[in-house]
Amino acid sequence: MPILSDPLRQTVRAALVAGLSAALCMALLAGCGGKPKEKQVPGGDAKLGKQLVTQYQCGACHKISDVRGAAGEVGPSLDGFGKLSYIATIIPNQPDQLIAWLVNPPAMKPGTAMPAMGLTEQEARHMAAYLYTLRSPK
Amino acid sequence: MSRMPTSSEPLQSVLHPAGADAEIIGQFAWVLFGAGLLIFLAVMALLGLSLRRHAAPLRPGLWIAGGGIALPVLLLTGLLGWSTWRSAQLVPQGSAQLAGNAPAISVTARMWWWEVRYHDPASGREIVTANEIRIPVGRTVYLGLNAADVIHSLWVPALAGKRDMIPGRVTGLTLRADKPGVYRGQCAEYCGTQHAHMALHVVALAPAEFEAWLQNQAQPARTPEAALPLRGRDVFFEQRCQNCHTIRGVVASNSLGPDLTHVGSRLQIGAGLLRTHSGTLAGWIADPQALKPGVFMPAASGIDGESLRALAAYLEHLQ
Repeated sequence: MPILSDPLRQTVRAALVAGLSAALCMALLAGCGGKPKEKQVPGGDAKLGKQLVTQYQCGACHKISDVRGAAGEVGPSLDGFGKLSYIATIIPNQPDQLIAWLVNPPAMKPGTAMPAMGLTEQEARHMAAYLYTLRSPK
Repeated sequence: MSRMPTSSEPLQSVLHPAGADAEIIGQFAWVLFGAGLLIFLAVMALLGLSLRRHAAPLRPGLWIAGGGIALPVLLLTGLLGWSTWRSAQLVPQGSAQLAGNAPAISVTARMWWWEVRYHDPASGREIVTANEIRIPVGRTVYLGLNAADVIHSLWVPALAGKRDMIPGRVTGLTLRADKPGVYRGQCAEYCGTQHAHMALHVVALAPAEFEAWLQNQAQPARTPEAALPLRGRDVFFEQRCQNCHTIRGVVASNSLGPDLTHVGSRLQIGAGLLRTHSGTLAGWIADPQALKPGVFMPAASGIDGESLRALAAYLEHLQ
């Protein structure tokens, strides 16, 4: 004698299928909806990065609405930088590439006006983490 | 190398004195504020008493003579006496009491930066710098003050009081820093659109460090060895920077803009606007009008990216 009668078994199975499908849908929806995740920089601290961006006065050339006084007009605005596909229009905007760019821009794009400012790799790492938080063009 | 104060230290504050005069001036501020506060509270208390419903009638004659005449006369005379006594202890102004071998420092205010000249009678050294006054700790220095265009005023709150700088007239400020450090100062007399961006730093150094600094500043500009700054020196001429700027040993006697002989050794550029490094130098050269609208320096025109970097590297190298 089976533990559950046939009609009851069918009901349980239907309930299980429905529940699983709902969970799957939720998981999928969570993937599409909400805030897209910013690129992660291992070992990079966005808060420190903002301090460094302020101290090095990147604002002398770049507009960064999040940094007080950063209203430069020499280079591109960095608002929304975290969403850009390319750094300086030619370099894929990936963490490792961005760190290398910040440390020595002319090495990656000869002819660029952006100088190497003597950043350490770690400083560039923090700055990269911060730059990826800038996701809203203003 | 002297460093800039960190964000937790006061940038520029009367309430954090670092010199004898500033100490006295700070004390004035506190005592006068305190006395004013006490008088205000006493008046408010009397007002409160007078508003009581069943207040006893007063003797007006007594209150007018006592509270209106005797008390203010006593209080104000006391404060005046105290402040006169303390004022007499300020460092005497004037160049007369300086030791004979002290370097003579003159500061000329311009729209909107400070030209600083040192003349060392002992060695005959003559140096020109900008937006930065380095002084030895614990020694009284006299700054001869003048202005080239309009009236300005020199104020370094942590060290001394204000002194106006008037075209065609030499005034002076005697000051002494008792602690090594970097003290920000600014123009304290409205002098045009960029008055707010007319700052300077007084850097108080240990006497040996000061001597080494003076020695270095007296040297002509070094010739760069690396290719990029060497190229930058050519760009300097291509962009006709020499029409306004002097680099001793390279091009002389143009004083419309700041002397750049050792610009890379200064804490900031643009009169307290930007920290000195190749990035800020490049940004400043490319577009000074965006950073300090109205400044007399025009933007470099038609300068390609690499040349801009080279010029910034050259100026950074001038230490």
